[in-house]
Amino acid sequence: MQSEEYAAELSRAGANVGGRWSAALFLARRYPLGAIGAAIMLVFVFAALFAKFITFHDPLATHAAQSLAPPSAVYWMGADNFGRDVYSRIVYGARISLAVGIGATALGCLFGVALGLLSGYLMGWVDLLIQRVIDILQALPLLVLALVMAAALGPSLRNTIIAIAIPLIPYVARVLRANTLALRELPFVEAARAIGMSDLRIALRHVLPNTLAPLIVLATAQLGSAILTEASLSFLGLGVPEPYPSWGRMLSESAAEYVHTAPWLVIFPGIAISLAVFGTNLLGDAVRDLLDPRQRT
Amino acid sequence: MVTYFVRRLLLMLLTLFGISVIIFALLRIVPGNVVDILFDAAGFVDAADKAKIEADLGLDKPIPVQYAAWISGLAHGDLGYSYVSEKPALEEILPRIPITARLAGMALAFSILFGVPLGVLSAVKQNTALDYVLRLVSLSGLSMPAFWLGLLLLMAFVATTGMIPIYSQAPKSFWDSLLMYSVPAAAVGFRSSALIMRLTRSSMLEVLRQDYIRTARSKGASENSINYRHALRNAMLPVVTVIGIEAAFLIGGLIVTETVFNIPGIARFLVEAIRLRDYPIVQNLVMFIAVIVVAVNFAVDILYAALDPRIRYSN
Repeated sequence: MQSEEYAAELSRAGANVGGRWSAALFLARRYPLGAIGAAIMLVFVFAALFAKFITFHDPLATHAAQSLAPPSAVYWMGADNFGRDVYSRIVYGARISLAVGIGATALGCLFGVALGLLSGYLMGWVDLLIQRVIDILQALPLLVLALVMAAALGPSLRNTIIAIAIPLIPYVARVLRANTLALRELPFVEAARAIGMSDLRIALRHVLPNTLAPLIVLATAQLGSAILTEASLSFLGLGVPEPYPSWGRMLSESAAEYVHTAPWLVIFPGIAISLAVFGTNLLGDAVRDLLDPRQRT
Repeated sequence: MVTYFVRRLLLMLLTLFGISVIIFALLRIVPGNVVDILFDAAGFVDAADKAKIEADLGLDKPIPVQYAAWISGLAHGDLGYSYVSEKPALEEILPRIPITARLAGMALAFSILFGVPLGVLSAVKQNTALDYVLRLVSLSGLSMPAFWLGLLLLMAFVATTGMIPIYSQAPKSFWDSLLMYSVPAAAVGFRSSALIMRLTRSSMLEVLRQDYIRTARSKGASENSINYRHALRNAMLPVVTVIGIEAAFLIGGLIVTETVFNIPGIARFLVEAIRLRDYPIVQNLVMFIAVIVVAVNFAVDILYAALDPRIRYSN
């Protein structure tokens, strides 16, 4: 489905596509903003993977003498109140942001897909029950639910991922349910039922693959809000605990004190968060335009 | 219409009941209660003292009994006592509501004032340089965390005026409070205006493609009349319906912004109460937020059904 749409999109635009690279180049030209978003995300993925090779200081090592050192040739983005190198912490922080962002999105999508498929395919009382659970989860603002979840589970990397994944579930489940309801009436599902396929097999082999396009669109959009929510939780002191360097915690409450005295402590982590979310948003818009032309704006 | 109204009302109550159960259960699976935290701070634990305090606070009773006590209290307007300050929860929460309400109101005004006109402009000038700039601005607005924007505004304010617009005492005059709230309101409102701008733009573009717009154009109506008299009215309908989403979105921004600017509203109070495991405050505040969000959504649904009969019959 996905590759078909993609090929259709290429031929619609009259592209003369040879290899994989020229296809990528074509897409980049057709969706310049999406290409910028993808490039930004690649930079962050690169930073997360090769953090060791592109930093020169231990992100956790403290140097009392360097406390609040301004940006210099040694400390590119200055040092924090413990004398830790801000640049190294931001590069290593990409690991945390991406791990939580991707982990929470994947987990949220997994449960959302399961609930949405069940709800849309089985209908009846299962549907009613799941719908009510979704209503309940959606009635609380994302950050409020994540806050209470994070507090209930206790601070750890794994729990932060779970706390952010759960508020994402209803959005995925809603979209999956709507798509499943539409798909189950289509002739090819009826045909599958006629030849005696089991419900589970139809749901997984025929319905699910056809919901992939909206799912990918939704997942890219949610990656951004997951990264943002992690930053907010850590900023409030209820997210990823020490010693992991998290961008949100680098900006935590004490940051207001440094607005005047050490602005680099406020500026750089904020740029990292905004840039990462901006990248996913650009990419998300392009993916939506590519895979879901009906929603195109 | 009446059946629709009653059905939506019952669903709303069911949702609120579900939220109350989930929140209550979540807070009780937390490892460690307020007594542990207080004793941790003191540095020693006396088992007998601990058991006595737990009994005083009712924490030794089974969870369903605690839940029933909370709900029957709510029905009588008794919200219990804050574990930390030992004052009635109602007394702690009520005076903070107007502070947050004022901030939220100003942020909402800011976001509509900027979001709607700029969204319309962006749609009318689709695919021009102006459209691209506006879209980029709104996308970056959605990408910046509200607390960072707040910190940047603080920084700019300090650099230009030498003043720190952080809440240190209750504002005395109207102008004082306007000044005190406008910077944080802008920090929250900018993100919301970005959301409204995007929604207005796409809704406007959708409407501009409709047949009746072509008819208006072929009748020779002027561009301004088409855009503002024919299109905007219909484009605003879907924008109004996302006010529910907007309310939830705004609350997220208020939580972090009140923390940055040290504003003693309910949003910051919620974070403090969560940290201190002050259950009566947390559960009542979360319920309060849920009631607001659900009630706003309910009002929007009813309004939408009243305005657009198709909704009632298709459901």
